[in-house]
Amino acid sequence: MAYLELDRVAKQFGAQTVVDDFSLAVGKGEFVSFLGPSGCGKTTTLQMIAGFLDPSRGAIRLEGRDLTSVHPARRGLGIVFQSYALFPHMTAAENVAFGLEMRRVPRAECAERVRAALAMVGLAGYEERYPRRMSGGQQQRVALARALVIRPSVLLLDEPLSNLDAKLREGMQIELRQIQRTLGTTTILVTHDQNEAMSLSDRIVVMSQGRIEQIGTPQETYERPASAFVSQFLGKTNDFAATIDRTNAPVRLVAGSWSAPAPAGFSGPVTISIRPERIGFGDAGLAAKIVTRIFQGNHWLFQCESECGPAIVIRQNDGQTQPAEGDAVRLAWRVDDMSLRAGGAA
Amino acid sequence: MSAAADTAAANAAATADAPTARAPWALAAPALMLFIGVLVIPLAMTVMLSFHDWGQYKGIEPVFILKNWHEIATDPYYAEMFWRTFRIAILTTLLTALLGAPEAYILNRMSGRWKSFFLLVILGPLLISVVARTLGWALLFGGNNGLVNKLLMSLGAIRSPIPFMFTETGMVVALAHVMMPFMVLSVWAALQRLDPQIENAAMSLGAGPATIIRRIIMPQIMPGVLSGAIIVFSLSASAFATPAIIGGRRLKVAATLAYDEFLNTLDWPLGAAVGSSASGVTSTKHAGVPLLVVIPEVDVPSAMGAGL
Repeated sequence: MAYLELDRVAKQFGAQTVVDDFSLAVGKGEFVSFLGPSGCGKTTTLQMIAGFLDPSRGAIRLEGRDLTSVHPARRGLGIVFQSYALFPHMTAAENVAFGLEMRRVPRAECAERVRAALAMVGLAGYEERYPRRMSGGQQQRVALARALVIRPSVLLLDEPLSNLDAKLREGMQIELRQIQRTLGTTTILVTHDQNEAMSLSDRIVVMSQGRIEQIGTPQETYERPASAFVSQFLGKTNDFAATIDRTNAPVRLVAGSWSAPAPAGFSGPVTISIRPERIGFGDAGLAAKIVTRIFQGNHWLFQCESECGPAIVIRQNDGQTQPAEGDAVRLAWRVDDMSLRAGGAA
Repeated sequence: MSAAADTAAANAAATADAPTARAPWALAAPALMLFIGVLVIPLAMTVMLSFHDWGQYKGIEPVFILKNWHEIATDPYYAEMFWRTFRIAILTTLLTALLGAPEAYILNRMSGRWKSFFLLVILGPLLISVVARTLGWALLFGGNNGLVNKLLMSLGAIRSPIPFMFTETGMVVALAHVMMPFMVLSVWAALQRLDPQIENAAMSLGAGPATIIRRIIMPQIMPGVLSGAIIVFSLSASAFATPAIIGGRRLKVAATLAYDEFLNTLDWPLGAAVGSSASGVTSTKHAGVPLLVVIPEVDVPSAMGAGL
């Protein structure tokens, strides 16, 4: 049975629908990310789970209990805010202890749990610091400790890493994942950063304009995007307009000079979606010319002008000689690596 | 590098430093001159004046005596008047804090359009002279002809007019009304600095509305309340128009007394003594209260760690 369940949840502000028909079942201990561009309704959904907003329609259930009628203070959820929202007039330890005080945890146990929580996030010895004397990363850790010390049934993270610099963010991602694994806390992360969503989550909910575009594991959403939006939003992708050629049997799928046996179930114009790292340079295939070649350390990035429009190719820097700018090349890929959608290129 | 070159470099650095050391003074000079010219010198002259002698027929005599100060220190009339001034200022400050802080909090929680409307309502009175605002109170509560008194008496709710004019209560109420915008504004400024998510954060940790106000909001807006209190206290302690209209000649405060000594009795030296002792008390407050505001802000262990 689902641990946390959102059943056709919708939120309207006046005439504007911000979240619509949102259904999701989160298992116990699962790490789920809500991924989408700003304004896609992901934060609104999180706030409805937290109880800061009431859904206009639908139900939110935790272990089968209806959560919408429970006051936010009694939901027992841990929340880490984008701005951290630490209490500036309290020390790190006082911040972490606040939730325990509200639960009337005995003093000795409270002190021990605060110490353990701060140690867990790597802030042992920072108990008496005030938030304003801590770096962004440290404040973030205090916020995480404060949310986790109350042993929340669900941990909600609202873009918690977006205010950190790139290097720190990467470190925190790994740490966050480890802490979550160790504690087994069911976690929902809201983010617009696809790398963050992919590296942290068990499942990703890709959202656009208040609707769910796709729910799947990071690999599924990346390899088998359900819509043009998902393929564009998660990583780089090439979309080529293609046609099904029925003049000769067997029926073939044709994009410029590239062709392959057509899969069943498609007719008329289709769109081939293929990741740049899955395209290779071959002897046959889509004719293209390399416009720019960018060296990025462990890989090369090629921007090409092909018969079917611009294309991006990524090749591992494996020591092989790579084509130079201006070279005419042929782009080829395996049928298994591409995904096919009916209709013209988006 | 040779020692000689070192010395030369040091000299060059020293000559380069000298103009930069003078620059702040040069830049501050115009403001400093104005400050000295219009504040320090007149104040010093007032203090000097308070040591002069005065008589009904001889006028001001430029001698150095302690007569005026002795009179202020020993005559209970002055002690009572100073005590009244202090009491009124403190009560006004408390009243504005008690009403103004919640007012600012409510204002801050209002949605956009209502917020600007009510902010205008609160600040609007600042555009009207204090005299007009205080006379408004006199029109409402002034004896048998006051509007409110008339209404309540015709309804039979009260028999005689509400004692408001020429009472300390009346002065405190009218002063609090005049001073309210300063308190609301300064608390509001403190509320602006609050993290908008902070109440949600406290709520998610299990805090109820009363706890959020007491444990989270109050400590954070205290600096705003205190700076509002400084403004309100000093303006109330030196207020002239409101005490003059509501308190009249019966209930004198420091400002009205100094005015009367100068312009009615024409005893300038005594007026100067009253004025300078009153401003002495207020400026001590000015120096003292900010320290109270600043001290809790200093994070003691880390300040010690930094070798402060």
